[in-house]
Amino acid sequence: MPEYQTHVHDVLVIGAGGAGLRAAIEASASGVSVGLVCKSLLGKAHTVMAEGGIAAALANVDDRDSWQVHFADTMRGGQYVNNWRMAELHAKEAPDRVRELEAWGALFDRTADGRILQRNFGGHRYPRLAHVGDRTGLEMIRTLQDHGIHMGIDVHMECTIVQLLKSGDRIAGAFGYERERGRFKLFRAKAVVLATGGVGRAYKITSNSWEYTGDGHTLAYDAGADLMDMEFVQFHPTGMVWPPSVRGILVTEGVRGEGGVLKNSLGRRFMFDDIPENYRPQTADNEEEGWRYTQGDKSARRPPELLTRDHVSRCIVREIKEGRGSPHGGVFLDISWIKARIPHAAEHIKKKLPSMYHQFKQLADIDITQEPMEVGPTTHYIMGGVRVDADTQMSTVSGLFAAGECAAGINGANRLGGNSLSDLLVFGKRAGEFAAKYAVGQKAADVDGSQADAAARRALEPFERGTSGEGPYQVQYALQDMMQDLVGIVRNEGEMKRALDCLRTLRARAARVGIGGHREYNPGWHSALDLHNLLTVSEAITLSAIERKESRGGHFREDYPDKDPAFATFNIVTRKSRDGSTEVSRAPIPPMPQELKKVVEEMK
Amino acid sequence: MGQTATFRIWRGNGHEGTFTDYATEVTEGMVVLDAVHQIQAHQAHDLAVRWNCKAGKCGSCSAEVNGHPRLMCMTRLNQLNLAKPVTIEPMKAFPPIKDLVTDVSFNFRAKKSIKPFKPRPPDAPDGTWRMAQADVERVQEFRKCIECFLCQDVCHVLRDHRLFDEFVGPRHMIYAAALEMHPLDVEQRARDLKDAYGVGFCNITKCCTKVCPEGIGITDNAIIPLKERVIDQLYDPVVKLLRMFR
Repeated sequence: MPEYQTHVHDVLVIGAGGAGLRAAIEASASGVSVGLVCKSLLGKAHTVMAEGGIAAALANVDDRDSWQVHFADTMRGGQYVNNWRMAELHAKEAPDRVRELEAWGALFDRTADGRILQRNFGGHRYPRLAHVGDRTGLEMIRTLQDHGIHMGIDVHMECTIVQLLKSGDRIAGAFGYERERGRFKLFRAKAVVLATGGVGRAYKITSNSWEYTGDGHTLAYDAGADLMDMEFVQFHPTGMVWPPSVRGILVTEGVRGEGGVLKNSLGRRFMFDDIPENYRPQTADNEEEGWRYTQGDKSARRPPELLTRDHVSRCIVREIKEGRGSPHGGVFLDISWIKARIPHAAEHIKKKLPSMYHQFKQLADIDITQEPMEVGPTTHYIMGGVRVDADTQMSTVSGLFAAGECAAGINGANRLGGNSLSDLLVFGKRAGEFAAKYAVGQKAADVDGSQADAAARRALEPFERGTSGEGPYQVQYALQDMMQDLVGIVRNEGEMKRALDCLRTLRARAARVGIGGHREYNPGWHSALDLHNLLTVSEAITLSAIERKESRGGHFREDYPDKDPAFATFNIVTRKSRDGSTEVSRAPIPPMPQELKKVVEEMK
Repeated sequence: MGQTATFRIWRGNGHEGTFTDYATEVTEGMVVLDAVHQIQAHQAHDLAVRWNCKAGKCGSCSAEVNGHPRLMCMTRLNQLNLAKPVTIEPMKAFPPIKDLVTDVSFNFRAKKSIKPFKPRPPDAPDGTWRMAQADVERVQEFRKCIECFLCQDVCHVLRDHRLFDEFVGPRHMIYAAALEMHPLDVEQRARDLKDAYGVGFCNITKCCTKVCPEGIGITDNAIIPLKERVIDQLYDPVVKLLRMFR
């Protein structure tokens, strides 16, 4: 094989957002050698955009909170198809992970007695989100980054992995290229942790950055690992809708947590019109009570704007479809109204939601302290991902681990806001810990050079076709339009079958994509390589969504609009079969142990 | 709008390159980064540019637009004169890699050279600390930094005098300030601030403060207090005298 620049690590972490950094820190602390691959520069990963907070039952603001309540909230939000063991570990360990960040220098907002302040968020019974205004993700990634750079981790910035390498049935490393010079890199590793985030770029309207192309999902799938729950995509209810160039950019749920209300064009708070049965006991039935809740009144129940994201998104879609939307095809989100309730409201809003104020002022000429925002659903998160063991985060391939958004299980059919940042910390740590343990027990595997050679050849094909081939961006846009239209918020069998046909056509187009220029820092080349990943996850999403003939959480089918208890007993798994086609199967959910069942019952 | 505008973009590898004009359609609400993406998608697939969040949160898309250091994602086209070509160039303080992308690795090395956070022992038996919101807020201002490095780009100590080995730059001055003023931190950095980080090189022209997209008071709130700290701890005549007899 040609000479590739080769790096040898015990543990290779792919992805440097919250989960990847936390995994790398943990693995490194246990004494093994660690490599960390960043698709962008260090500290720019998608975690930086998380706004609202980190969910952890610290019980600093409301002492009724506990891991049991957090566990029950997570399971209810996920419509009970979550991996209950992951939900349990997550609820139990999140508080320690948050306190650890503080020990590493994070500065959260404080309570009056100097402890970490917590705020309300959708689906969480008590104020639970540790936060820093509306830039919690920045605080978290910076804390991890500034801690991690002193731990002897080898950081490979602006490097993209195109294939995992295997030796027999176990993982042996990864193959990729660095963007600056366009040179290939070969990583030999005893264990690999995937922490690559999500798939939002498969859709037209998304809050996700260019990096979110399903890389980890696809690397795992191509290496023979199972993907699970891919039908569950979260459409966040509040993305910007105007002007067109900012469509999809996230508007934090924190706006509603601070008292913001959703209204249609008739000025009606439509969220009161449709409160699901299982949330009725804990939801306010009048505006007064909802307001009191946002102001910390413990006897009040939460306003319906803070129902789970899947439900709020569907209510917004309904209002728009039935002609009660805002001028640019959204609904109104109003926080300025609180000036009728509290003095100095404008200052309060700017203090609590500084980057939202900034974002609307600069990008849309809207002063959110004075007028309502226009918002609509945006593709935000995928609950599905690599199927992993709850305790160790190891996938179905030996030595391959996954954590964070690219792993499945914790969130079931719908993720609660704030549970993502805590998921990154809890399972990032676990993945790092167990990947290191695994690596210590292994000898370095042989890397068969032909795997790398084949990957290198494939990666260079778009150059051979040159500019005579179709441009990569055109295929990407066509895919995004198609997924948005046919496998979006509201789905049906006919459209999804059509989506499968379209995917075949797009795959053929992707195989003919050509690019010009040279290998150095060439975004066109990168986009061409992303297409395989986007197509792979889109197919997994579509096939899984066809298989789940019911509506649950983030997955809504107009041809099966109700929840079907028969579908509550299994997860849908996709894997690559020997002939290269995608195999879809149903994996039964193991019964919940008695003590967890009791927790769920008690919290109902 | 719905008009066509010309963007004069720096194209090149390393120091070799030239400006190329691209005409593209401009629609309502567009920012400079949208125009760059449009050009990339339809006219120049290999046009190199860094970006991630497109919402002013990640600090990736720094460039010089009509000579002003800006985040491209937060620069609205309706703030620019589109009757003339809009120039877009890479940050000039850093070595160019390709087109709008520069080698910013200096910043990662500079940060690593600064002594990390070292907290005092926990206040409570459960291993946690107590801090007042007012004390936290002072540091939170610095922690808003998105590491866009625009302040480094305009700092004349780096940009014009190229003193990369002597001065860590404004970004890392606020990083050091965030550590020094952290309510829990007990590390000593005064000597390093003077000798290793080069706080004395800043002569308070406030160019960095002017370009900060997060509005951080870099000079007034971070660098000047750090200079005072160095003077207090290293040049106080009484302390110096005491030290002689210790």
